[in-house]
Amino acid sequence: MITAENLQSLLPFSTVERKDSVLTLTVPAENLQEAATSLKNNGLDYLRDIVGIDYGESLGIILSLTPTKEPKTIVMLKTSASNRENPRLASVEDLWLSAKLYEREVHDFFGIVFEGNTDMRRLFLRQDWKGFPLRKDYDANPKLNPVPTENENLEDLENLPKISVNAEESFEKQHFVFEKEEYVVNFGPQHPATHGVLHLRVSLEGETIKKIDPNFGYIHRGIEKISEIYTYPQILHLTDRLDYLSGTINRHAVCLAVEHGLELEVPERANYIRTIIDELTRIASHLLGWGCMCMDMGAITAFVYGMRDREKIMDIFEETCGGRLMANHSTIGGVMSDIHPNFQRKIREFIPYMRKMLKEHHLLFTNNPIARGRMKGVGYLSGEDAISLGATGPVGRASGWSNDTRKIEPYAAYSKVDFREVLREGGMTFDRYIIRLDEIEESLKIIEQLVDNIPEGNYAAKTKAIIKLPEGEYFQRVENARGEFCVFIDSRGEKYPYRIHFRSPSMTLVNVLKHITPGTKIADLIMLGGSLDYVIPCIDR
Amino acid sequence: MFHFKQLTDWIDAMLHTYLSEGWALFVEFVIVGVAMLTVYAVLALLLIWAERKVCAFFQCRLGPTRVGPFGMFQSVADMIKILLKEIIILNHVDHRLFRLAGFLVIIASLCTFGAIPFDKGLHAIDFNIGVFYLLAVSSLGVVGILLAGWSSNSKYTMIGAMRSGAQLISYELSCGLSLMTIVILSGTMQLSQIVEMQSTGWFIFKGGIPALIAFVVYLIAGHAETNRGPFDLPESESELTAGYHTEYSGIQFGFFYLAEYLNMFIIAAIASTMFLGGWMPLHVSGWDGFNQVMDSIPPVIWFFGKTFCCVFLALWVRWSFPRLRIDQLLKLEWKILMPISFLNIVLMAIWVLLLN
Repeated sequence: MITAENLQSLLPFSTVERKDSVLTLTVPAENLQEAATSLKNNGLDYLRDIVGIDYGESLGIILSLTPTKEPKTIVMLKTSASNRENPRLASVEDLWLSAKLYEREVHDFFGIVFEGNTDMRRLFLRQDWKGFPLRKDYDANPKLNPVPTENENLEDLENLPKISVNAEESFEKQHFVFEKEEYVVNFGPQHPATHGVLHLRVSLEGETIKKIDPNFGYIHRGIEKISEIYTYPQILHLTDRLDYLSGTINRHAVCLAVEHGLELEVPERANYIRTIIDELTRIASHLLGWGCMCMDMGAITAFVYGMRDREKIMDIFEETCGGRLMANHSTIGGVMSDIHPNFQRKIREFIPYMRKMLKEHHLLFTNNPIARGRMKGVGYLSGEDAISLGATGPVGRASGWSNDTRKIEPYAAYSKVDFREVLREGGMTFDRYIIRLDEIEESLKIIEQLVDNIPEGNYAAKTKAIIKLPEGEYFQRVENARGEFCVFIDSRGEKYPYRIHFRSPSMTLVNVLKHITPGTKIADLIMLGGSLDYVIPCIDR
Repeated sequence: MFHFKQLTDWIDAMLHTYLSEGWALFVEFVIVGVAMLTVYAVLALLLIWAERKVCAFFQCRLGPTRVGPFGMFQSVADMIKILLKEIIILNHVDHRLFRLAGFLVIIASLCTFGAIPFDKGLHAIDFNIGVFYLLAVSSLGVVGILLAGWSSNSKYTMIGAMRSGAQLISYELSCGLSLMTIVILSGTMQLSQIVEMQSTGWFIFKGGIPALIAFVVYLIAGHAETNRGPFDLPESESELTAGYHTEYSGIQFGFFYLAEYLNMFIIAAIASTMFLGGWMPLHVSGWDGFNQVMDSIPPVIWFFGKTFCCVFLALWVRWSFPRLRIDQLLKLEWKILMPISFLNIVLMAIWVLLLN
């Protein structure tokens, strides 16, 4: 059991606070490594995210940790570097596989150098970018960082600065991502199979992949930065643009976080509608993911079938929410509008239709000998690696990691429905493929239980015209179609958040891709990308 | 009963009465060339339209509907568009080879096209080693593809070309071996004679089980030869954007495009010639009434009917199967199809011995 007392005795130098299920540990910067190591050794094996935050006089990071044995518990490990000019913190790269990427993100936006991290390139911004955008004293003058007008080669990406823990001076350029004689192929940023503007540099040996290096940031919009000057209802609209395929679920997360902070009681009717819409979104997203994966393997007809069935859901959304892709339906305190008179009837028609079509999809693609041959024995992700990489969602569940937030911490109407968390032990591409189709079945079950029982009443609670969140830190997690989507809000009692951070499940999935592709073929890279089903705007948020 | 041979013989006689030997031959060459190119282009347009319609049918769509009845002139419009498009020549390519590649591909498929007997006497060339010629000429196309990939000086095209080389050369073997099975059965390599010999029954029936196996192997291997799904690795759009022809534009791309569709037709045409009796109507010995009815259908219709059935099969496979991976592709050929083909040749030899 992880309790406040346990942690206090384990880490005597820390201060422990408890708020609901969240334990906050504050440790001095020099004890970070020690604290992280002992937490890892005490079963906190899932590093959810590293959030950077500018406290004014110091720059802080928050490591969000969870033991997979007690998934309800959340431990926030806080520390801060007091030197703003040259902030340095110890890296936890060797403890969690996911840490390297998270630290790069914090480094990019806050300029904190993680000593011991072997890859301290910037993650989203250009390598020559001046300033660190999420610091409060950032100078956004466009003259500082002019738009480049000349063609550039990728030389600057080749250099991988290595930082040794003992060295006085930083940035020793010691080794390269790729050797000079390697055959490196660029996949993306404009490529039909990267599902968005992702740039993968792939080192090949014939058809076999030796190594890949993902490169993000081509469509980074700075949503976290923009949100700091937006009010909470305005921020909601940006969440749909993160992972646009599970937009309603992301929006739901922010609504829940703000409602939690305001201690607002959401009407039961709104909870039911939100849950139904979320599950419809999940089905639509899985259908698209399924179709895209099939298309990545060359079966274009399967893609069209996926889109055809998704269209039915889009039609339901259009009537009730007004939008198709960006449903914009949840709002603080409830939902924007009541359901359309056709809503329930159309869903009742959709459920048997979808069940029938699922059979067809299995017939067309799952049982196809070529498809089976392609997916069998490729892209193994072990359960341990899945946890260490933070691969939540269907990908983690395909490796046997039970991580469904809907089960762990039921929100909205999930506590009232009976459904199964689909788990598979294989960890192969085929498991990741089939788990999505099985989850569609479970989502249909959830909708079936809710659609006829939507209670009467208001669809939204009354809120004040200007929503000010009380001072404090708020954390909310939901299960979106790709995994655990989290919102972290640091409020100073204003109508704007002081800092808002979104945990992107897709970013870890690209990390998984990097982890499982070496040794596979080019065709497998594309298929594995499809099986992980990442969405780039969620990474480049 | 009308045969094109009567028409061609009449033209030949006409020309010889008015012109000297040399000029008559020259005019004939021109007529044959023009006719072939026209049929080639029209067939390609027809096939493109058919593919779009069939594919739309499989995918619950409508396909082209706007231009002409059932969108029939859509591919004509597309052709005009592709002819008007700018040809972008990149700086870093090997210009001479880059331009040559498209021609090589299309010439290879045109040469093969000329040997196909559409009807009695309706073929440009009728060698006594027709099958051999077909195999030799059709495999020239791979040179064009390799050149295209190599001269484009891009990594994607290079990978596409290498895949294509490995694939075409491998599947050429099964293709050739399954055609050889029929050569054993017929005892001749001349295509016109092979068709004539099927007047008493198509080889797929006459040859029994070995012929059936050869037919299936040929369909698979031939489909792989056309670089179309599930064997479209050289141009797999989800991996290599467009494979070996990524850098081509305008009509230069059109050459590859045309050749791809025509190759599909040629493979189907060879299948129908070698296995399904070519332009020969379906005859069942003893059923004289039935045979007469069958005879009343013109042979050209028989030929195109059979060929389009095979083409439809190819489209069906293409739009329902996912793509193979390169190692699976080679495994299928070298470990499955080729041993079967070798065994099948022996089987066929035994069959022929038993029959005689």
